[in-house]
Amino acid sequence: MEWETVIGLEIHAQLRTKSKIFSSASTAYGAEPNTQACAVDLGLPGVLPVVNAEAIRMAAKFGLATGSNVAKRSVFARKNYFYPDLPKGYQISQMDLPIVESGNIEIELEDGTKKTVGITRAHLEEDAGKSLHEDFHGLTGIDLNRAGTPLLEIVSEPDMRSAKEAVAYMKKIHSLVQYLDICDGNMAEGSFRCDANVSVRPKGQKEFGTRAELKNINSFRFVERAINIEVERQIDLIEDGGEVVQETRLYDADKNETRSMRSKEEANDYRYFPDPDLLPVILDDAYLEEVRATLPELPEARRQRFVTEFELSDYDAGILTSSRAMADYFEATVAATSSDAKTVANWIMGDLSSRLNKEDIDITQSPVSSAMLATLLNKIADKTISGKMAKDVFNGLWNNEGDVDGIIDKMGGGQITDDAAIEAMIDEVIANSPGQLEQYRSGKDKLFGYFVGQVMKASQGKANPALVNGMLKKKLNG
Amino acid sequence: MSLGPDDVKNIAHLARLNIDESDIESYAESLSSILDLVEQMNTVDTTDVLPMAHPMDVSQRLRADEVLEENQREHFQKIAPKTEDGLYLVPKVIE
Amino acid sequence: MYHQKTLAELAAMLEAGDVTSVELTQAFLDRIKQYDGELNSFITVTEAQALAHAKAADEKRAAGNAGPLTGIPIAHKDIFCTLDVKTTCGSKMLDNFDAPYNATVVEKLLAAGVVMLGKTNMDEFAMGSSNETSFYGPVKNPWNTNAVPGGSSGGSASCVAARLAPASTGTDTGGSIRQPASLCGITGLKPTYGRVSRYGMIAFASSLDQAGPMAHTAEDCAIMLNAMAGFDPRDSTSLDKAVPDYTADLNKPLAGLKIGLPREYFGEGLDAGVAGVVNTAIEQYRKMGAEIIDITLPNTHLAVPVYYVVAPAECSSNLSRFDGVRFGHRCDDPKDLEDMYKRSRGEGFGAEVKRRIMVGTYALSAGYYDAYYIKAQQLRRMISDDFSKAFEQVDVIMGPASPETAFNIGEKSDDPISMYLSDIYTIAVNLAGLPGISIPAGFSNNMPVGLQIIARHFDESRLLNVAHQYQQNTDWHKQSPDAFA
Repeated sequence: MEWETVIGLEIHAQLRTKSKIFSSASTAYGAEPNTQACAVDLGLPGVLPVVNAEAIRMAAKFGLATGSNVAKRSVFARKNYFYPDLPKGYQISQMDLPIVESGNIEIELEDGTKKTVGITRAHLEEDAGKSLHEDFHGLTGIDLNRAGTPLLEIVSEPDMRSAKEAVAYMKKIHSLVQYLDICDGNMAEGSFRCDANVSVRPKGQKEFGTRAELKNINSFRFVERAINIEVERQIDLIEDGGEVVQETRLYDADKNETRSMRSKEEANDYRYFPDPDLLPVILDDAYLEEVRATLPELPEARRQRFVTEFELSDYDAGILTSSRAMADYFEATVAATSSDAKTVANWIMGDLSSRLNKEDIDITQSPVSSAMLATLLNKIADKTISGKMAKDVFNGLWNNEGDVDGIIDKMGGGQITDDAAIEAMIDEVIANSPGQLEQYRSGKDKLFGYFVGQVMKASQGKANPALVNGMLKKKLNG
Repeated sequence: MSLGPDDVKNIAHLARLNIDESDIESYAESLSSILDLVEQMNTVDTTDVLPMAHPMDVSQRLRADEVLEENQREHFQKIAPKTEDGLYLVPKVIE
Repeated sequence: MYHQKTLAELAAMLEAGDVTSVELTQAFLDRIKQYDGELNSFITVTEAQALAHAKAADEKRAAGNAGPLTGIPIAHKDIFCTLDVKTTCGSKMLDNFDAPYNATVVEKLLAAGVVMLGKTNMDEFAMGSSNETSFYGPVKNPWNTNAVPGGSSGGSASCVAARLAPASTGTDTGGSIRQPASLCGITGLKPTYGRVSRYGMIAFASSLDQAGPMAHTAEDCAIMLNAMAGFDPRDSTSLDKAVPDYTADLNKPLAGLKIGLPREYFGEGLDAGVAGVVNTAIEQYRKMGAEIIDITLPNTHLAVPVYYVVAPAECSSNLSRFDGVRFGHRCDDPKDLEDMYKRSRGEGFGAEVKRRIMVGTYALSAGYYDAYYIKAQQLRRMISDDFSKAFEQVDVIMGPASPETAFNIGEKSDDPISMYLSDIYTIAVNLAGLPGISIPAGFSNNMPVGLQIIARHFDESRLLNVAHQYQQNTDWHKQSPDAFA
């Protein structure tokens, strides 16, 4: 039987506000445990939440950027359950009246085909703390610094039909929230996380199959693998006469398998009800227009502009605008260099990207800044160094060996472009190779390479190859 | 509406309350009598009445995004049942 | 004999230099020592801190920085968080809880120069109408120590009635200021929802809870409310509305005042003695120039049922934070996480609290939410609309605060329903968020009877004016129990 996969994603994007969604404690990552958990975050008796204006604004931005309906009236609700990293015994979230509803986003697959994925809703909620399972004499340690960090939970329609589509969608949202500057997108720190609802059905069948929810998958690679392995599991199960049960499953990256989360097996009854400590959030048209006016240039528009303004191919422009940080890097480099945009693009998509990928770091953390790259490209443009030397200088920059000039000096100075110096070297080489000169002049053209090699050797590799070629040709041909 | 012992046990579990077996029956009785009192609500037709969650018809005030809180961990953890290295300790959480 | 004075009189004496705050504070501390063993109205007495604050208040006055409340000793209901002072909410759950911060109300009164004598006893988590659900034992009514003081602010009412404090703070979720004020023969004001900050007041039912003053007179309540009321950026439900001087209108004449008497408040269930006292009080108002108008609040009978869905639903969630993780009671040797939750909560909460948590949990659970919670919210609007309609015709509404005078300790403790019905006249006011006051109006069988007055939202000035004028013409508020003279 032929099977069809149905996937919907729930993405949790931490909003990059300075303070928490319901308290004035800092959201900064990496502080000592519980030093950023204030009375409100700890759920001390008597404390009350007050909504952070910036969290509302960021959610509205997302809504407007995805053509969604940003609710004029949204309501915070309590989701009740007991868990040690949930201090109040309930999470403040949104249920019936979320701030963002019914939008969509266009994704592009590797083969270039495009597809629209529906966004059911995006609602605001507070993050929980963290449970640390290291050894505390068999106990668990609770750190509530993260408790109360604002999250935007973005729920898609079950519109995706393959793991690749799911990844493309996730990447698109990841790029968008960074463009909007509402989430730092840092997956390693958990700022951008994803749950996937996965089911299969016989091709052609209308009804959805029973779905499993894969929890907390925090890399693009794992999303693809987790979905594929879960789809395989479900198909095998059904083909063996079994039935998929609706449950939460955890993806184990080491074993590349999903397994049931037994502790959460018990049917949850979250007893949602409107939070009586909070009032409805009312947004008017003027507010929404004001937010709309602050929307940055979005990926699609920027891509078009890159094609026209920098004469890049649609493909290159697509790659460069896939993240706001990369597009910003590109534009900053172009602005600071005399090199042409295409060269800049090649360097960013080539050497820089491969290095970033290899070491798994984000372009914003690149040791080679856009200013450094611009200076480096200027040195090629003014022929101080050759393209080949530039790669060595780039490596030097990457390894923090100094600035561009310093590294070139350390490498024994720049390229020799002085005609007289090159001519002197050529004369010497010719004088020392009478036999080869004779053979060359008698038609053995291949020996040209020999002469180039000798000159480059004499210059310790620094002579400008183009100059050497030109002048040598003239001399040899007498 | 009448609740039996099993209902009481389910509710007590949902609310994470330990109830002595010997008290279950009396809770079943008192909860049932409260629900009977509440039943009176059904004598009134409320079709099209907008539910009222707050006594005042006002909207949420929004707070400026500023960090105003300072670390008070020592102060807050002085009253905690069990802490170590700045963490609150609880029985092992099994994922 | 400082203790027989009103707060306003004591303030005048402090101002005139006839007494110091230290003397006054010591006098009340002495009375607490002498009498509270019998009444049990305090859970914690903060003697050292009180004397230190009194000394500071005297210095402030000497420096010329005193306000009307500077140096006045008062008591706080033990529901308000007080920095580094035990804050129990009447529960074993918080027996070990020294609050790490001050409630806004506490902070505001502190800023006004008030001296805290201690923390008063109350029904556990404010759930009760008799003060019998307290982990710290029942409070006695000073008018008859076999009787309850009412609840949940029973300790606050009892200590003021026995003149162990000139005033106290209370909170009112379904009548918890007005009913004990009525049963103890003092004046207790529940302000409009949102008038006084709820920050630091341990929540029972968030959409109903409101803090207010309890004292001998309406004038004293006005002075207290001046310091307690006001917008708090830490409370989203607090209203950003200017606070008037609540003493300013106290002496306005009542001529032409329209008083509504809801016929539903005078029907079946109302004790005849109480009815007689209330009718006499209303007759007094007629003499003072008020017009008495018959009105109807047709959904009155639904207030108790609605309340027993809304309040338990909210409390079931509000009390989830008491889980033994960050503060409060944790059971010994939990064998796993679930055991820790269940036993800590099972041991920490008393029977009435557990009962209400379970009712609320049930009302919010899947399949019942619409039938209970949504239905109750709809009826809540109908009850609120009844008041809006009534206030188109009248300026204030009057009736009894409680259907009967104080009952005996133990009399109703096995019957939650009959206990719940003692708040039948006060609960609707909370559902609608209106301000209400109970003032002493006489006695029935030697026990005090309170007259309840209800006004429009934010019309506390009118409420206090109406109450004050009555107190200018009667002396019920000056009566004090002989046993605690």
